[in-house]
Amino acid sequence: MKNVIQLFSVLFFLLMTSPVLASIYVFACEPEWASLVDELGGERVSSYAATTAYQDPHHIEARPSLIAKIRRADLVVCSGAELESGWLPLLLRQAGNNKIKPGKSGYFEAASVVERLDIPVNLDRSSGDVHASGNPHVHLDPRRIQIIAEFLFKRLSDIDPQGSAYYKQRFKNFSQRWQQAIKQWQLQALPLKGQRIVVHHRDWVYLFDWLGIEIAAALEPKPGLPATPGHLSMLTKTLTTEPAKMIVYTPYQNPRAAKRLSQIINTPVVELPYTIGGTDQVNNLFDLFTVSIEKLNGALK
Amino acid sequence: MKKNYITLPVVIGGLSFACFYATAFAATQASFNPDITLTLDGRYGSYSNDSDYELPGFMLGGEASRGGQGFNLGHNELSFSSNIDDMFFGKLTTVVAEHEGETEVELEEAYIETLSIGDGFTIKAGRFYSDIGYMNNQHPHAWDFTDASLVYRGLFGGQLIDDGLQFSWLVPTQTYFKLGIEATRGGRFPAGGAANDGNGVYAMFAKFGGDVGVSHAWQLGFSHWRADIENRASATHEHGVGVIEVPTYSGESSLNGIDFVWKWAPNGNSREQNLKIQAEYFVRDEEGIVELDGSSPLESTTYLGEQSGWYLQSVYQFIPRWRIGYRYDRLDSDNQGSDSAVLLEAGLDNEGHTPQRSTLMLDYSHSEYSRIRLQVSKDDSYEDSDTLMFMQYIVTLGAHGAHRF
Repeated sequence: MKNVIQLFSVLFFLLMTSPVLASIYVFACEPEWASLVDELGGERVSSYAATTAYQDPHHIEARPSLIAKIRRADLVVCSGAELESGWLPLLLRQAGNNKIKPGKSGYFEAASVVERLDIPVNLDRSSGDVHASGNPHVHLDPRRIQIIAEFLFKRLSDIDPQGSAYYKQRFKNFSQRWQQAIKQWQLQALPLKGQRIVVHHRDWVYLFDWLGIEIAAALEPKPGLPATPGHLSMLTKTLTTEPAKMIVYTPYQNPRAAKRLSQIINTPVVELPYTIGGTDQVNNLFDLFTVSIEKLNGALK
Repeated sequence: MKKNYITLPVVIGGLSFACFYATAFAATQASFNPDITLTLDGRYGSYSNDSDYELPGFMLGGEASRGGQGFNLGHNELSFSSNIDDMFFGKLTTVVAEHEGETEVELEEAYIETLSIGDGFTIKAGRFYSDIGYMNNQHPHAWDFTDASLVYRGLFGGQLIDDGLQFSWLVPTQTYFKLGIEATRGGRFPAGGAANDGNGVYAMFAKFGGDVGVSHAWQLGFSHWRADIENRASATHEHGVGVIEVPTYSGESSLNGIDFVWKWAPNGNSREQNLKIQAEYFVRDEEGIVELDGSSPLESTTYLGEQSGWYLQSVYQFIPRWRIGYRYDRLDSDNQGSDSAVLLEAGLDNEGHTPQRSTLMLDYSHSEYSRIRLQVSKDDSYEDSDTLMFMQYIVTLGAHGAHRF
């Protein structure tokens, strides 16, 4: 009996004194938010990205593995603005996890804390898969990332008050490096200003808005609908009279249409990383913008 | 000229104010009104065989039929759902259908579900699709084929829908593991009579699932369903002139099932290409009495039945928008009774026939909201082989549908 009590007290002691690592488990809908959470949360958080750069975040199924993951999450970080409306509400309802319901501190929508572009005046499905709350791909503007980071570190502190000094310090550190990087990117991207670029889907609105790039056309006839031969021949006409510098697409989009148009109008085609893991070199948010601007500049020459 | 300078900013200002007001208004509306989804389904059916539909060895009930010939409407459905408050979610689905010239509104789902018990627990109450099996809780417009598989048609009369209570628990494991139990009324086919004071049915299910690498996902499920049944009515038989006999069953019913789904998409990006393989098997044991209501004197028999069935289907999206699918389904039965003539009348004698069917389908989805389908089956449900052809459209209007696994 005495031995048992001793064993329990040793176990208790070990449990109480062992360093608490990764106290917060974060479910991020997209890899960019997992990366931002890692920047701000350091070793106090462990993050899981529900999608990869090769998956279209509009078209994810509420898979069993995702339900099991979100069941155990302390915090859910997603783009919002209806990007995940086909699968996230279903995951949340299936999870039975009280901490991460919309409205609770465990639910964070990045797009809800920044100004959004492309807010439609008329909501009509004949205009394609439009989002009533505006374009959700907000992570492609580093200025918006800065704002989101500020809200996100505060949210981490709400959920894990013991770590609030730690999160604040990490936010300051991130913020400093980020501001410096933005200055550098803006310098590097000067040649891109005013250029016309063809996009596959309007994923790039925020990046182009930041760098002063003009969207010349979209390969999708309507948002969310695949390119058709008829639409491509129409683009050929307009882009011959008013040429564009290049055609860009993401790793999760089929490059066929972009490549076909590129041959017809003799314009370079570029696969941009879009998010973390989009190319081998992109391991964090800093790499994402560095590589994207390098690739855009590369195609100008 | 001067006039123009004054009015233009006013007009622009007015317009932008109107736009701002319109969006603000739309956003408020959207956030407080329930999500409304309207599903329209229409079809053209053609059969090579005009005789009455049968599944020898099975009592037909619910929506067990081939559907109408020629132009006809399918499953037109209106659904409302919303969070009620921070505690409950609610949903109501009605089906508008025409039966013998009269338009009827059927209540398909009407339930509330808890949102905030936490720890993986959820309670659902009302009328809902049972969560047993894989396909049972899917609305017909989400099916990969126009009609239900023979095993659902033969055992459930289409789908198991009942009024009651469901508890489920998502176990906090790395691999998806969900357990559930249902207690329901048992007033609808394949139960009947709402036995035990309206508490006639119990069901249980366990589901497991996960990913293999980034491109594969799977789910495996086990189900059990049992019912006390009082006078489950089946399809009517006309007997001579003016005499209509309705076979009814009273007794116990116990069903076990296993279901499996495997999905593949390159890099997990199902938008471009994906493949789905699914199979389900159910076996049902029944012990009780079958009577022919309306017969005089009343004809009856003891009944000891074992009925089973399975299907295997695969659907392949080979390019965006286009999918092709194949399904094979089959039923078996071994039913005994004291009066084989009554069993035959009730449709419970398999007449030495094994119902089976092969189906091919091709569909095109212009967007997430519309689908057009062509389906051809070689149907050996009963002795006379039949070739069925369906052309179908299914569209959804309103709220964005959920991408279920």
